[in-house]
Amino acid sequence: MENMLTVSSSPHLSSGATTRKIMLDVIISLVPASIAATVFFGWKSLMLIAVCVISCVVMEYICRRVMKRKNTIGDLSAVVTGLLLALNLPSGINPLIAVFGCAVAIIAVKQMFGGIGNNFVNPAITARIVLLVSFPVHMTTWEKPFEWLNTADSVTGATPLAMMAQGEKTSYFDLLIGNTGGCLGETCVIALVLGGIYLVARRVISPVIPLCFIGTVFVLSFVLGQDPVFHILSGGVMLGAIFMATDYTTSPMNTWGKVIFGIGCGIITVLIRLYANLPEGVSFSIILMNILVPHIENLTKPRPFGKEKKNEKA
Amino acid sequence: MEDKSKLPLKPFHTRGGVKAPHRKHTAECESVIMPPPNEVIICMSQHIGAPCKPVVKAGDVVKVGQLIGDSDAFVSVPMHSSVSGKVKKIETVTMPNGTKVQAVRIESDGLMTPFEGIAPPNINSREDFIRAVRDSGVVGLGGAGFPVHVKLSVEKDKVDTLIINAAECEPYITADNREALENSWGVISGIKSVMELMEIDTAIIAIESNKPKAIKVLQEVCTAANRDMKGEVCVLPLKARYPQGAEKVIIKACTNRVVPEGKLPADVGCVVMNIGSVAFIASYLKTGMPLITKRITVDGQAVNRPQNVIVPIGTKIKDIIEFCGGYKEQPEKLIFGGPMMGLALPDDEMPLLKQNNAVLAFSKKEAAKLEPSDCIRCGRCASACPMGLVPPRISGFIKQKDIPSMLESGLMVCMECGCCSFVCPANRPIVQNMRLGKSIVRNSKKN
Repeated sequence: MENMLTVSSSPHLSSGATTRKIMLDVIISLVPASIAATVFFGWKSLMLIAVCVISCVVMEYICRRVMKRKNTIGDLSAVVTGLLLALNLPSGINPLIAVFGCAVAIIAVKQMFGGIGNNFVNPAITARIVLLVSFPVHMTTWEKPFEWLNTADSVTGATPLAMMAQGEKTSYFDLLIGNTGGCLGETCVIALVLGGIYLVARRVISPVIPLCFIGTVFVLSFVLGQDPVFHILSGGVMLGAIFMATDYTTSPMNTWGKVIFGIGCGIITVLIRLYANLPEGVSFSIILMNILVPHIENLTKPRPFGKEKKNEKA
Repeated sequence: MEDKSKLPLKPFHTRGGVKAPHRKHTAECESVIMPPPNEVIICMSQHIGAPCKPVVKAGDVVKVGQLIGDSDAFVSVPMHSSVSGKVKKIETVTMPNGTKVQAVRIESDGLMTPFEGIAPPNINSREDFIRAVRDSGVVGLGGAGFPVHVKLSVEKDKVDTLIINAAECEPYITADNREALENSWGVISGIKSVMELMEIDTAIIAIESNKPKAIKVLQEVCTAANRDMKGEVCVLPLKARYPQGAEKVIIKACTNRVVPEGKLPADVGCVVMNIGSVAFIASYLKTGMPLITKRITVDGQAVNRPQNVIVPIGTKIKDIIEFCGGYKEQPEKLIFGGPMMGLALPDDEMPLLKQNNAVLAFSKKEAAKLEPSDCIRCGRCASACPMGLVPPRISGFIKQKDIPSMLESGLMVCMECGCCSFVCPANRPIVQNMRLGKSIVRNSKKN
């Protein structure tokens, strides 16, 4: 009997939630968007997803090995990063460029800062921005949906936002189902919303950031005389608001912080779309708000139970 | 209910909490009385406050209910023998929290002869009552073990609400549930005595909604009691969400009052008593027999017959488990109290204390512990915290030993309920770290 009992401090129960299960839920929630990408842009979308996922996992493994730290590929967070990055790339991109993006996301942004939970900006978003700046032509060459069914050379088209800049409108129906040019995962709004509902239902994310983000884009574009429905359905708003802005590590923990974060993302997105030279601003808005997270959290920290309101002295 | 009633109809909002599994396997098990064991060990500190000094010596013959330890300190309660027999020796035992205290080891003669001096207390005033409560040796039986007479020693008219804590929010434990079902009249008569002698008009029995039978029984006795009483007592079903039974949380749920940091329930006009404590006070007033037995839940996959047992205080865990059919398998963990806040024991030689309400023997499967990994900042700990703390933030301050920031961020408000560790997907020892931070703060005050 002696010396055989485990002595540890309470609690002696756990809810059973694990990082791995959470990441698995995120992966499941991205399945509809991945399927939509394959339908619209063909098998090479799946290839691109596979390339990104595998290179992210391999790089994470090597990084941890080199840094002599515990192997963390089992938590599936590298899979999520790879998947999200792939969904943020145009279908026709050279896989080597995608691998370079994975290196930026995993090595530079995630592992250099200590791995999961320690990066201060979203790895996939940062990688996308780096690629956008380094390979502007590759990153903005969009294939038209269903072109992969034609045997001839694929035809490229523009994204709805770019088309709008030239006065062309895309129908709401095409935007909803994703029958437009764009990144792999950003076009099909229905698939993204399905994934979002799954994440909220599984309590993986709180709906506050997506609602504030999308709501702000809607209201602000309406106020500025734009078509609000078009603005929330096009570009990366849905993908960004549901899957990228809700990244735990780089978004505030408390509800009011989430509100500020979501509204900030929405404002920056609309301002870039309307007044900057780039047609799209979701990535930049998220990375800018990521940097502000510690300050937002400081501003919105809850008052502990029974703690007197602080009298500011000195 | 009448319009003048100050009683709440539904609980007020409380923050955070977790959906812990209930696992109230023994809810239907009628309590069994355990026969006196061969030997009991009565620790001289079974409460918060000054430990007692033994007033007997080796070789003395003691009887059931006889005083064997006392202290001059105000925050302390006397100890009584729970069996009749001979004092074998006065020794030092290590408590589950690591402190060493004196203990009296008594060999039982198996006769359970009651002490001659046992007589119902003579009570004419509030002071008499508080003294009687101290003499009875009763402590907060819900688990904290705070002496009840200290809670009651408040200025007149300061307290307007008596809250009876029957929430029993810890998984597994059903002892309070059984108390309500088997001794509802005792409970109500204890409440009546406290209300009359302490001049409190309102009493609320707060109980989690996962005990419908107990709620029904208590409601019936309350209705009967309200007919011939000056004050008013009611049953308030709370949502079944851990930790509804925590003192500050239950006060908020019952009265919407917030106990300020570092203050006591009495400062917001409340006295909170465990259902077992009031029921015991009723029986003490009637018989004068001090606190010598305790109703506990014995459960866990490693026990053969999980059940509720009324055990003489000081009985060794080994004997209690033996009475419950012994171990089914080698236990991985033995816990005093519930799984959320209970203390893990190093062996089964430990004697039962007054404030214990459960003994759990966890199998390897139940006690499985996962390896901690890095924090992913999911914020589950912060949303689960009933005290509105942000543990990752405080952890940073603890790492840096930044005491002013620890205090400012509310570390000392933490009641160590363990919700944060329970929900953490990275299995981080969050509440354990908070305890570390609290001791850093306490030690810095000493120096």
